[in-house]
Amino acid sequence: MSPTTPPLPDAAVPPPADTGTEATTTPDESRGQTAMREILASSWVVTTLAIVLALIISGVLIAAADQEVQDAAVYLFAKPADFFSAAWHAVSSAYVALFQGAVFDSTADTFAQKIKPLTETLTVSTPLILAGLGLGIGFRAGLFNIGAQGQIILGAVFGGFIGFTFDLPPGLHLLLAMLGAAIGGGLWAGVAGVLKARTGAHEVIVTIMLNSIAVYLIAYLLTTKPFQNPGSSNPISPPIPESAQYPLLLGDQFRLHAGFIVAILAAVFVWWLMGRSTIGFKWRAVGSNPHAARTAGISVNSAYIWVMVTAGALAGLAGSAQVLGTDKVLTADVAASFGFDAITVALLGRSKPFGTFLAGLLFGALRAGGFAMQARTGTPIDIVLVVQSLVVLFIAAPPLVRAVFRLPAPGTRRTRTPRSSTKEVAA
Amino acid sequence: MTATTVAPPAPAPEKAKPLAPISWKAPIGYGVVGLISLVLFGLLPADGQDSTFVLSTSKDFFTIDPITVPAKVTAIVLSVIALVLAGISWQATRNRRKVGAWLPVVFGIVVVLAFLTWADAGKSSPLPLTGLLQGSLFLAIPLVFGSLAGLLCERSGIINVAIEGQLLAGAFLAAVVASITSSAYVGLVAAPIAGMIVSALLVLFSIRYVVNQIIVGVVLNVLVVGVTSYLFSTVLKADASTFNSPPKLPTIDIPLLSQIPIVGPVLFRQTILVYIMYVVVVLLQIFVFRSRWGLRLRAVGEHPKAADTVGIKVNRTRVRATLLGGAVAGLGGAFFTVAAGLAFGKEMTGGKGFIALAAMILGRWNPVGALAAALLFGFSDNLQVVLGIIGTPIPSQIMLMTPYVVTIFAVAGLVGRVRPPAAEGIPYVK
Repeated sequence: MSPTTPPLPDAAVPPPADTGTEATTTPDESRGQTAMREILASSWVVTTLAIVLALIISGVLIAAADQEVQDAAVYLFAKPADFFSAAWHAVSSAYVALFQGAVFDSTADTFAQKIKPLTETLTVSTPLILAGLGLGIGFRAGLFNIGAQGQIILGAVFGGFIGFTFDLPPGLHLLLAMLGAAIGGGLWAGVAGVLKARTGAHEVIVTIMLNSIAVYLIAYLLTTKPFQNPGSSNPISPPIPESAQYPLLLGDQFRLHAGFIVAILAAVFVWWLMGRSTIGFKWRAVGSNPHAARTAGISVNSAYIWVMVTAGALAGLAGSAQVLGTDKVLTADVAASFGFDAITVALLGRSKPFGTFLAGLLFGALRAGGFAMQARTGTPIDIVLVVQSLVVLFIAAPPLVRAVFRLPAPGTRRTRTPRSSTKEVAA
Repeated sequence: MTATTVAPPAPAPEKAKPLAPISWKAPIGYGVVGLISLVLFGLLPADGQDSTFVLSTSKDFFTIDPITVPAKVTAIVLSVIALVLAGISWQATRNRRKVGAWLPVVFGIVVVLAFLTWADAGKSSPLPLTGLLQGSLFLAIPLVFGSLAGLLCERSGIINVAIEGQLLAGAFLAAVVASITSSAYVGLVAAPIAGMIVSALLVLFSIRYVVNQIIVGVVLNVLVVGVTSYLFSTVLKADASTFNSPPKLPTIDIPLLSQIPIVGPVLFRQTILVYIMYVVVVLLQIFVFRSRWGLRLRAVGEHPKAADTVGIKVNRTRVRATLLGGAVAGLGGAFFTVAAGLAFGKEMTGGKGFIALAAMILGRWNPVGALAAALLFGFSDNLQVVLGIIGTPIPSQIMLMTPYVVTIFAVAGLVGRVRPPAAEGIPYVK
């Protein structure tokens, strides 16, 4: 970015075309029609339809890779019904398995097993929500932080180290480990923030580099003595003692742990911070227009630094949820792909705390259900990545979704819809 | 995209301020590195150890015998040369003179040689210098293509974070097509098409629907990983012999040139992909900076409104540049499968696209610069492999980290200010 240019368009702010309810009522339109049009043009409808569209396209991929569908396609013109029933069967069984693995397993015997998928979804969502909240803060402050991966890793390293090294009373131990995780993630992100503020180094590049450095750093640390189980040379840390673990919420048969409560509290905190506090107001001002914010006496540089530190701290807590809650041990794979998934979570949630929370639940469900789908129908879990990325792509481009489903654009009268929507998208 | 001050709205012209404050970052950086090299590689190690370098291969015109040098003395001499270079830089900075690109290059070579001397000291196995360079060039191929692709897009004002996805798509299609046709060359032709498809999505969303280009790039990377991994797990795994057993591109020795010692085997005993790479670098260097097309491309990336005023179609130029960039990146993706002779694997590009992005920035949006930066990354990548074989006191993870750390220093302005195209990332809406 050059000094003379505005910052990256704020990912948090929906495109101008999407602001929703500015439709002007005209006399020749009944109230009902207006209301209907407003509903159809709203971002919620677009969001839902974007998800539907993504599932349809992924369904095509699922059907295309299915052996029975391929066999039926050979005699498609002789017996088209075979082809469509095979395709329907392939897609529906995959999505049913996905749902059963993510929300409610109707095939299980006991009630506990039936709702176990839901608790798995919540467990998987926890790091996604925490890291997504952090990224959302950055997006709203105009910082495109793609370093959640590295920040999660550093959080897990700090939190895990405090967890398995020290012997402290329960409660205090967990709090200290959480604090360490937040500090670890915050420091790692702070590097990018300080460089952005001091030298103008673009945070996208710096965070990408910090991600890779973190991956090699944890791989290296796990080869050193303090991070290994005594007497073993495997790259696995000693187990986290119970005093530093997040307590289980629903007893031993579920993995759901108090990290999820932390995620809820973090969402509330971020809502307060960004929506109700002076600091959040300043950060949003920096995100909307750094030049104006500077003129108004806001220190843009310190905002950049503290936004990154806060985002990193939340990502670090996401790391703690993995190492102190779900895995209970530190491995090189602790961050999995949560860092990159969290970007799509924050984008889908439009960087708002509540939206990010819901988006985290959705992607957590896709991930948890994906494993069940892979096990039951043989559809590889990679399809979940396709769904996720398509959802975000479509949500980022509401005109595309509207065009596909022939919905009216917001703020336009019905008669003018085609012309004005082409004008809007032709830009 | 990188390294800009947020403070003044425009770099103040020289006349307005009599003299800008001198930046001592560069000479201090050189001095520190030189001193570290002197102490670590020269003064600290024990006396009386030798290092051996192998310089030639059996096919050369004449063979050069392996060179054996006393490690300690050599490292000290090389480090002192590095310190002298730091002194030159210091002198130049004080007199407000600019030093050419030769200084960082020579400095780098000297320090790396000092490091290699130290790493090989007292080891029984000699250090295969030719092999090291040959492997470096090989590993740099996807980085060069990737950074050239990024350069093409960014010079036109489109940020391309999807290089990783374009490489992966190219690798995938090259493997599949080469396997089906059992011809590595047909695979090589198919690879750019895959990259162009990714680019087409990038321009569709970033130009037509004005979505933030970085968002589109990041998401496209996920999409390509998802689609290729999915097809790999289903179609490719079901019938690997038909779909995923690409033949390897043959190595082509260029007559005479390939027999020159050291240079020959490194530069002219490679696959056709490398020769294409030379051509692309040279063509781009000429066309971006010396042709009408290049001038328009850069105009669109620097000041689209001005370009539009004189009748250049801004978005059309951007679309074409991005599609061309995608093709270049896709071609680079062929490296992973048909050039390396490997079957396609999930996420087999392993972040090379992001390193290519870094190489582009380090090369300051300049084809030859990008080539140099990509070679540097390829070298550090291969160095870690070679040192892993002869054994070294440095953990491999730390070695692997180096290019990323160097990039951070680079974008933080420690090796000189990098300035991206001014209109980069900003959609042009009339």
